[in-house]
Amino acid sequence: MTKTEVIAKGLTRRALLASGAAALATPMLSRRAFAAPTELTMLAWYGHAEPDIVAEFEAENNVKFVPKYYTGGDNMLGLISQSPPGTFDVILSDAEYVQALNAAGYVEELDPADYALDEYFPEFQQFPGNWQDGKLFSLVTRFGFLGVAYNTDALTEAEAATYNVFWAEKLKGKVGHFDWHLPNLGQMSLLNGNPAPYDIDETAWEAVKEKTMSLRPQIGGFFDYGGTFSSLNDGQMLAFCGIGDWITGVLEKNGAKVRTVIPEEGGLQWSECFSIGKGSQKADLAKKWIQYITSAKGQAKSAQMAAYPALIPNAKGWEVLQAENPDEARRQGMTKDAGNVMDMIRAGRIKYREWPIQQDLETWNDFWSEYKGA
Amino acid sequence: MVPEPQALTLPAGGASLPAGAPSAGVRPTMRRRISLYGMTFALPLLIWQILFFFFPLVFLVALSFWTVRNFAMQPDFDTVNWATMYGRTVFWQAYGTTLALAAAASVLTSLLAFPAAYAIAFKLSDSARRWAIFLMVIPFFTSYLVRVYSWQIFLSDNGIINVILGWVGLGPFPMLNTVLATMIGYLTLSFPLVVLLQLFSLAFIDRTLIEAAHNLRCGRVRTVFEVVIPSARTGLVIAALFAFILSFGDFVSPIYLGGGDPTTLSILITDTTKSGQQWPRAAVIALTMIGTLMVVAFAAVKFAYKGKST
Repeated sequence: MTKTEVIAKGLTRRALLASGAAALATPMLSRRAFAAPTELTMLAWYGHAEPDIVAEFEAENNVKFVPKYYTGGDNMLGLISQSPPGTFDVILSDAEYVQALNAAGYVEELDPADYALDEYFPEFQQFPGNWQDGKLFSLVTRFGFLGVAYNTDALTEAEAATYNVFWAEKLKGKVGHFDWHLPNLGQMSLLNGNPAPYDIDETAWEAVKEKTMSLRPQIGGFFDYGGTFSSLNDGQMLAFCGIGDWITGVLEKNGAKVRTVIPEEGGLQWSECFSIGKGSQKADLAKKWIQYITSAKGQAKSAQMAAYPALIPNAKGWEVLQAENPDEARRQGMTKDAGNVMDMIRAGRIKYREWPIQQDLETWNDFWSEYKGA
Repeated sequence: MVPEPQALTLPAGGASLPAGAPSAGVRPTMRRRISLYGMTFALPLLIWQILFFFFPLVFLVALSFWTVRNFAMQPDFDTVNWATMYGRTVFWQAYGTTLALAAAASVLTSLLAFPAAYAIAFKLSDSARRWAIFLMVIPFFTSYLVRVYSWQIFLSDNGIINVILGWVGLGPFPMLNTVLATMIGYLTLSFPLVVLLQLFSLAFIDRTLIEAAHNLRCGRVRTVFEVVIPSARTGLVIAALFAFILSFGDFVSPIYLGGGDPTTLSILITDTTKSGQQWPRAAVIALTMIGTLMVVAFAAVKFAYKGKST
């Protein structure tokens, strides 16, 4: 049979009509594939809208995240205050800034029933700052501890198990500061034995200042995010104040000989929370994102974020992480073993990083500038 | 094949007045009427200055009187930012540090650049001179930030310099996160520009003056100090001024090579904005920097043209 005969015999009128209908229906059947993705703006720290975290959600919901990354909580508040309402659909905020977001009316109220709060560890279900007057405004999504970051070639874990190691003679000029007053001064406050490191009276504040000033000769530099990474990675700094596994974890996974230990005086906890921006035109989609990232699957992904790893408050997320990446679950202490990170919190070894309560933020910041200039 | 860089041939016998130029003491009649042709050339500069210098400066001045409430800036007229910043010891410490570092960078860069510029101007052939100028321009092809980061590889305790020193049993010497490293960064920033500015100044020295000095049995070194440098004074001072300006406002070297220690004014600006969104106070620091640079620039220009008719 020749080709012409096949076409003449095989392509009947019925077949032609069926093919044509199918061709015409294709765009309708796969409309979602052809539709332009909905853009969802996210104000966050770097890493939260990168493909390792958002790609799956974007594909499932035909969404494209448009991130605006900030470099600090104050920077975040400044960006929101200088933008019209509705500019940011999803806002990630450090816990200490959540109350400021609430107070300024920058975020929408959330319905607790929309989220898998019952999967969270009890300590995180009524997380401070997330709630105000019984209303939920943000949801904690990840957290981490700040302790003594150290070079494992230079110090043993036992040596690094106290903040006093920063004064060690062999670390002269080799101690670095992450250049932000809040974690550094909080650690000095812990070292001074203040049970609530940010709620201290004037006498205790003077003592913290004095203790901090005594550390100044040991300091090799004050570093931003990138500088902290490089100075730890190349061994230029052998110990670091004011950071934790969110930096050393990334370096450690890439082979650097650095670790963070929570010292005997205790550690600080940073926490990141998601909110829906006030006036968002895509609040439903924003809600869907928060549901996703706080679900067990999203939480396991968040714990392994390429930009910086973190602990997660969702107990079922721990189980997913243990199944997906047991080594990372073990490394971060998110296992059922004794001494895991929840045990540390329950033992009272961890305090929230927060704004100073008895002094204003400016007082702490001004002292930090004086300390740097000393 | 790499093409040979073109042009930039410098006069061998120094600058001379073109034929028909008015002789000294005779002033040509100036046209007072502003022509459309003249405005075509002058207006872009004027518009540029108004848009990108005058307006931002006015805004910066206004901003310095604003206040911050709940992390949001409020238009206001309050001198609290000026009083706060000028009342702080750390501000004056940073000011003194920045001034000293910039002055040192300016002197050091000028001293190191001069032999290079002198050699390029007087010792090299035309072809070699073109290549030398080309090589001085090449650093501008890459980001300053990248160049500064690459210095970290050389200067760190385990870096290239200390490894080489280790081969001969020396070191390691701490270099990164020191004032030395900051100074190296400043040199990286301004050295090529200073060489070029010095070079153009040296190239236009009247060579007959140098020949006359030699004929009068003036030694080479003395000729440099008594003929070359005074003749090229304007360009040398302007080059040093550029080194000062660039170093005074630089943020990258003090933070990435100096480790943020000691605090300079540029670092203090970021510190001020980082906590509490205190942009108005940062504006006070910025205006102080601009004021200082203007005073230094006017003084330098006055010195550069001292005794010269303009």
